[in-house]
Amino acid sequence: MIIIFAVFLLTLLVITAIGIVRAENLFVAVMLTSIFSLIMAANFFILDAADVALTEAAIGAGVTTVIFLGALSLTAEREKKVDVSRGLAICVVVATALVLIYATFDKPRLGDPEAPVHQHVAPWYLSETETLIGIPNVVTAVLGSYRAYDTLGEVFVVLAACIGVLFLFSARREKKNDNTLNSLTSPKSIGLQHHFIPRVVGRILLPFIILFGLYVQFHGEYGPGGGFQAGAILATGIILFALLEGEQRALAAIPSRALLWMVAGGAMLYSLVGVVGLLLGGNFLDYSVLSTDPVFGQQIGIILIELGVGITVCGALLSIFHAFAARENY
Amino acid sequence: MSMYAIVSIAILVTMIMALIRALYGPSLYDRVLAVNMFGTKTVLLLSVVAFLYGRPDFLDLALAYALINFVGILAVLGFFQSQSSDQPEEPEK
Amino acid sequence: MMEQIIDIISWIMLTSGGFFVLIGGIGALRLPNFYTRMHAASVTDTMGTFLILGGVILQAGFTLAAIKLLAILAFLLLTSPTASYALASAAILSGLKPETKAMLDEGAKAQ
Repeated sequence: MIIIFAVFLLTLLVITAIGIVRAENLFVAVMLTSIFSLIMAANFFILDAADVALTEAAIGAGVTTVIFLGALSLTAEREKKVDVSRGLAICVVVATALVLIYATFDKPRLGDPEAPVHQHVAPWYLSETETLIGIPNVVTAVLGSYRAYDTLGEVFVVLAACIGVLFLFSARREKKNDNTLNSLTSPKSIGLQHHFIPRVVGRILLPFIILFGLYVQFHGEYGPGGGFQAGAILATGIILFALLEGEQRALAAIPSRALLWMVAGGAMLYSLVGVVGLLLGGNFLDYSVLSTDPVFGQQIGIILIELGVGITVCGALLSIFHAFAARENY
Repeated sequence: MSMYAIVSIAILVTMIMALIRALYGPSLYDRVLAVNMFGTKTVLLLSVVAFLYGRPDFLDLALAYALINFVGILAVLGFFQSQSSDQPEEPEK
Repeated sequence: MMEQIIDIISWIMLTSGGFFVLIGGIGALRLPNFYTRMHAASVTDTMGTFLILGGVILQAGFTLAAIKLLAILAFLLLTSPTASYALASAAILSGLKPETKAMLDEGAKAQ
């Protein structure tokens, strides 16, 4: 059964990728990219990786499409034709692909129970998590506690990416006199206020999206979820509000200063948990000392750092969206 | 068990047809239609396969995606609106 | 006895839901115009969603999974027609004209 699914989905993936590369109209490429990330999410789901599938669906199909469309409205619609010979590029790509394919001959088969990772690494995590950390979702335990340094690095990478994008956008263009895209009353900043039905339905949906984002944030220890997914879902909800009610109201609801505080504050919260661990006598990012019962301390630590991750991701995605969509107001 | 397999194959075949429409559709709106259809089919596929595998706690994914698909389509609508106010011409391939 | 009735009903719902979804896909591929494809895609989307998810809910019984499926069904029934409306209104406002009988007659006369 899984072979049929895998063959279907991987073939669709290749066809979509070829379609993206060959499309000249950039809008078509954006739409096909959205389909691509949906197929990837279905792939991850069939391989039983629920956390990754949720992240791919929330970020790839939601926020990334919106940000690409925002970028597309600031640039041209068609790809520029470049007249260069591609012989050297084709040779390099084919040589690299052959080397990589040759390197995969040494890998164990997918899901092989005799592979070293299934003999030594995975059983230790699966058996020890119950006694050491006590939460059912081993993926969150690995991400939040065993490999907390890596996740700290990831949060700082998100922070750095957000700062980089905001720097790029803060360069002021010369004011053009009669360009409608620059005026405060351009339709992009008014939003979809003239369309009644999407507005009503969006208003009904918005509390549920926020509630679902909070559910995914705090339920990450028991099911698929965690900080990254929750941040993306919360950002999607607020982007819905910004699309329906216009940029001014969205920026009045959560001003850009608050967003900058969120982006930096989440990373700060994460580091603070680590430093508190140091001050209480343990190592950096050692959660066992956070409470008298070490297992409970681990759970407190994981909840706090996931909160930090969620706040940073939500703030970063919203800042980038506002930087694109409200170019003249930011 | 087998009825889930039949339904999931039907949904996969429809996803292939939606993808063909997205690749061939002469106007931009055909492609957006195909993406919307693909999204709804993905939610259905995730729900049915979650039952096929006997893992009902994977339904969170389908719920998340049902909510996010809508936001993507509304963003496309906003994009068309801003484009058509700048250049009043019919977008084509 | 009750279980067999529920099994048969959910089997019927699932297969007819799959059938409607397939028809929607064929319609989106073969119909000539954007607005006709819109009909095929959106109507069969909603019908197929209702039947398939209804069949799976009947199989699930009274568990948490059934409540989540009901939530998915409610959100899909709410947003899928709205997305179709939004798309069709964007197409009309941008000037994509539906083919009327007069245009088809002109095209036939011109040939």
